[in-house]
Amino acid sequence: MKKPFFGLTRPKLAYSGIDDTGPDIQEIPVPERIFFSRQIKKGEGPTISRGQEVRTGQRLRPLEDMRVCVTATATGVIGDVSVETDYSGRTTLSMSIETEPKDRWDPEFEQAGISAQSEDVLSYLSALPGISDLIPLVRRENPLDTILVSGFDRDLLTATNQLSLKTGAGNLARGIEIMKQMTGVNRVMVAAPPSLASEAERGGVEVRIQNPLYPGADPRLLVRSILGTTVLPSRPLTDVNVGVVSAEGVIAMGRAFQDQRPPVSKLLTVIGKDNRPVAVRARIGTPVGHLLNTLHIEVSGGDRLVLGGPMAGKGIYSVDVPVGPDTDAVMVQDKDHVIPPSSEPCINCGECVRACPARVPVNMLIRLLENGLFEEAAQQYDLLSCIECGLCSYVCMMRIPIFHYIMLGKHELALSGYLEESHG
Amino acid sequence: MDNPTLFVSSHAPYWHNGTRLSVKNCHIMIAALPAVIMGIYQYGAPALGVVALSVAAAMIWEFLMNLVLRRPVSIGDGSAALTGLIFAMLLPATTPWWTVVLGAFLAIVVAKQIYGGIGCNPLNPALVAIAIIFLSWQGIVDFDEALADYDLGFVMAYPLTALKYFGTSAISDFSAADLLMGRHAGAIGATFALGLLAGGIYLMLRGMIRWEISLSFLAGVFVTALLFYLADSQKYAGPLFHLLTGYTLIGAFFLATEDSSSPVNFIPMLIYGACAGILTVLIRNIGAFVDGTVFAILMMNVANPLIDKIRPKALGGGMKHA
Ligand code: SF4
Ligand code: SF4
Repeated sequence: MKKPFFGLTRPKLAYSGIDDTGPDIQEIPVPERIFFSRQIKKGEGPTISRGQEVRTGQRLRPLEDMRVCVTATATGVIGDVSVETDYSGRTTLSMSIETEPKDRWDPEFEQAGISAQSEDVLSYLSALPGISDLIPLVRRENPLDTILVSGFDRDLLTATNQLSLKTGAGNLARGIEIMKQMTGVNRVMVAAPPSLASEAERGGVEVRIQNPLYPGADPRLLVRSILGTTVLPSRPLTDVNVGVVSAEGVIAMGRAFQDQRPPVSKLLTVIGKDNRPVAVRARIGTPVGHLLNTLHIEVSGGDRLVLGGPMAGKGIYSVDVPVGPDTDAVMVQDKDHVIPPSSEPCINCGECVRACPARVPVNMLIRLLENGLFEEAAQQYDLLSCIECGLCSYVCMMRIPIFHYIMLGKHELALSGYLEESHG
Repeated sequence: MDNPTLFVSSHAPYWHNGTRLSVKNCHIMIAALPAVIMGIYQYGAPALGVVALSVAAAMIWEFLMNLVLRRPVSIGDGSAALTGLIFAMLLPATTPWWTVVLGAFLAIVVAKQIYGGIGCNPLNPALVAIAIIFLSWQGIVDFDEALADYDLGFVMAYPLTALKYFGTSAISDFSAADLLMGRHAGAIGATFALGLLAGGIYLMLRGMIRWEISLSFLAGVFVTALLFYLADSQKYAGPLFHLLTGYTLIGAFFLATEDSSSPVNFIPMLIYGACAGILTVLIRNIGAFVDGTVFAILMMNVANPLIDKIRPKALGGGMKHA
């Protein structure tokens, strides 16, 4: 992971493939307790209470609000339920299920005869991998032009999506068909690396084989290279009538309709301290600590725990954080490998500018961000063009936490209402 | 939560490519060594004295400024040492000690620290120092005058002075091999063209300097000198002569490429390098000074912030936005 000896060009970071994890998927047993959380509007009280029995696959409605549904991913009884508002004003509903070792499946999905066109189909799919990418694509009155099904993983050392495609290609065509009905979109394409070309073909739609270097599998970069369209990254791709979903999500949907059971588990890559990725399947809501225990990965104070991969994952501070429908990887970094950021100034070496796939003038941007000039940063130095890949921080020889500053800038702009104004 | 383990949490990315400023500066100093060692070999102890004093003085000035400004001590990053080394390379071996110390002061304090330290200097510190010394005490950096007492077994004249005042006939004494091997009078670390080239190529390949700047600078010098030469080969020296003499090579690889005062975008780098090269030859051929490199690069340093505004459109840029 070092800078190569010859340094004339931008860094070349290759994505990992299935070769790195191996083809085996280890099943993680259902933990004693699983957790869920949902961001909700302030002031709503939960309608679900401790002690209520739930079955695997049951659609729970913890609030009056019909849009907040949670799939119970195991059988058991409801444990704690709480609603809390954090320092940034976000309100979160959290609850847990004390599980039983044996699954009893809830029959509602099958009995209700849910189809792709059902009004509330999405409410049964809250544990579908990549569901947050799918929801905005369902615009029945005004369907999108194109949906791209990505067979790539977004971060390094991660092979979750590729492994899903490899092992689940049989459900790809069904998943695509359901997605077409659900969204009304006619043009669907599958993008995949060369090693998965034959699996991608099984979707029965147009296939684009690409061999990207990091961060080329980012949805916006994929759309740019395959469809030739872009939109300012602070706006959703649906603005240009394009959607990107993961192959894993589409396959899981195909499987759900095949089995008549909603998805409850997720494939993920666990990256241990030795940087060796392992593929596992776990129930959504499994605490990270349970994964690590099962895999005999020990963690101790000073280590780093990350949901996601090494370039753009999110740092977490507790082993109780659950695996969510968007968690493609869990990474543990040994304390000896933690590289502390610095408070040094930028020396204008230009490495970041060379590395940035979005052509952001990072060397100038960082000067404004360090001084809290967020609006100027957006107006003059393309803060909003950043696709959040982390390469700038990766190459900065002064070890400035550039990516952190960028996210801070975007956060501040969102709070100040600047984004709505400028897009208005 | 019964047994909380304290994790280190910070923002992505969690990997780094391992580069460090101190390592980069080390490499640049190593790349400069062949030329410096040749200078010391030719001029002996006085050259070694100038180099050592300059590096030491630059580091001490930096340290003192750190104390005065109450900033973290920054001599560990090697930047001050590098500036001192490069400044020494531009001087003749006979430079008196006070000039070296003063020059280090000008470079570190005046040209760098008062602008806010590393990364904030608009001009190349070593060039600011040499320019002020040159304008104030011309005799000290007049290589013919300064090195008059040396007899090293080769033509003891500064090729660019010979060219300026005696025309092309005077430079026939210098063969390309002499120029490459540094067999002529000049600054401690600027005469050994082969050493500078080797160092420069090393730095470019390792990505320690921006090759676009170095190559466009050399191309600027070459093309401009060639045009002059084609126009009047009696009056003007050929392009090779210009490439191998004066501060051209040290300028291309060690001066124009200073990070803070040069552009980072591709087209601006080419413009910056090429214009500095063109100006160098213009000053040499029709300007007042013997060598134009110093002022050419300083002028382009001044223009840098403006040139570097030319940049490609960012992702999604140019769309409805702000
Ligand atoms: S994270 Fe950095 S390198 Fe990546 S797109 Fe944003 S500014 Fe560019
Ligand atoms: S890589 Fe770091 S030091 Fe270099 S220009 Fe970018 S921000 Fe500045």
